[in-house]
Amino acid sequence: MTKRSFLGYRRENGRVGVRNHVIILPLDDISNAACEAVANNIKGTMAIPHPYGRLQFGADLDLHFRTLIGTGSNPNVASVVVIGIEPGWTQRVVDGIAKTGKPVEGFAIEQHGDINTIARASWTAKKFVQDASMKQREECGIDELWISTKCGESDTTSGLASCPTVGNLMDKLIAEGATMCFGETSEITGAEMVCAERAADEATKQKFLDTWGSYNDFINRHKTNDLSESQPTKGNIEGGLSTIEEKAFGNLAKIGHKTSYIDVLEPAEEPSKGPGLYFMDTSSAAAECVTLMAAAGYVVHLFPTGQGNIIGNPIEPVIKLSANPRTVRTMSEHVDLDVSGILRREMDFDQAGDALIDSVLETSSGRLTAAEALGHREFVLTKLYRSA
Amino acid sequence: MKTHFLVHNKADKVGVVVVEGISAGETLTGWLMEGDETIEIKANHDIPIGHKIALADIGNEDTIIEYEHDIGRAVADIAKGDHVHVHNIKTKRW
Repeated sequence: MTKRSFLGYRRENGRVGVRNHVIILPLDDISNAACEAVANNIKGTMAIPHPYGRLQFGADLDLHFRTLIGTGSNPNVASVVVIGIEPGWTQRVVDGIAKTGKPVEGFAIEQHGDINTIARASWTAKKFVQDASMKQREECGIDELWISTKCGESDTTSGLASCPTVGNLMDKLIAEGATMCFGETSEITGAEMVCAERAADEATKQKFLDTWGSYNDFINRHKTNDLSESQPTKGNIEGGLSTIEEKAFGNLAKIGHKTSYIDVLEPAEEPSKGPGLYFMDTSSAAAECVTLMAAAGYVVHLFPTGQGNIIGNPIEPVIKLSANPRTVRTMSEHVDLDVSGILRREMDFDQAGDALIDSVLETSSGRLTAAEALGHREFVLTKLYRSA
Repeated sequence: MKTHFLVHNKADKVGVVVVEGISAGETLTGWLMEGDETIEIKANHDIPIGHKIALADIGNEDTIIEYEHDIGRAVADIAKGDHVHVHNIKTKRW
């Protein structure tokens, strides 16, 4: 069989991106305004505002830096302007992104003020976006594509059809050398032993069980009830999911039948063991999870939805698939791939998986997803605890 | 023939309604995906799309099996054909 291919952007470090964004990245909450002003001045750039970055410490601060550096390092990003309130931490993000070899420059606001900073950063952003506009797509193999997956506003149709469709794709593309990941630690609760058995070796299995156990202990420490309406969500319950265990088995259908995961990643950690499937320790909230996966370097995301989660991400295109005929009918502008035919027995999993592979290759070659066309750019940093 | 509900595995005690507008008293056709079998069952309640129907009588506190696995426990007696959801089953976790 001819190797599957798509038209991507090859970056300085050899990684392949499917978008060519020039981002204006704030170090902290109070630098959002300057970043948005620069993005407004220089057309074709994109600010990625967020609410954190001040007085964080320990593991929470490490995760903040890892997520920002990872976002800037993602091969969907051509170049980065970083703006922070002071130069020290701003430079830390710049230095992290610079390891990829891509253009990146930092600006600090203290001793300059917003207006002067916006002017200086705009000059750099203008150069970056003009240079980026010269980049050409080239043919890249499926074994150069990093694909993440996480489902949302799931219902029983997710476990019956849309999640197994991702599983079908995964069994095919992992065999062809793709790099993938799944996560949602809390949402494997009930199916954790089944998930543990899918680890490639004993050490990975133990790492998964420790990671899951730690998240479950955290939930038990803070819970005030059985988490009804939070996990499963109110939307999940409307869609027919009754318990976290039921939701977990549907969720796990995304990893197919044949594939084993080869490592367990920290949130936003870049995979380092080569092609294959990875598990990432993440929250199950859609925007938090996709933000972490994008920061780890994944360039295209598969998002099965039942009731119709409408999430997107600023740098990683999110492909939505749904098997719920009501959702496909009432929210069609959000759905990239309709697999409701599986429930009517008009489509089998092999056909659905192949249709999803086509959608991935089209998206990776430049076709905008529904979420991109609709302007969904949810960028949500995971905060582990209160600031100091 | 229209498929009204799907069942993942032979061991499952519940199936999932996959069409809109199921009313109490209707006889439903189901597809048991494992082994590709067809089954019929009468719905005792109106059941929204995506919601579950009991495939057998289930006693209070019995384990609910779906995906061949434990997905929670009954908190009421459930009759074959009943709507199964948060009013009569609960998680065993959290």
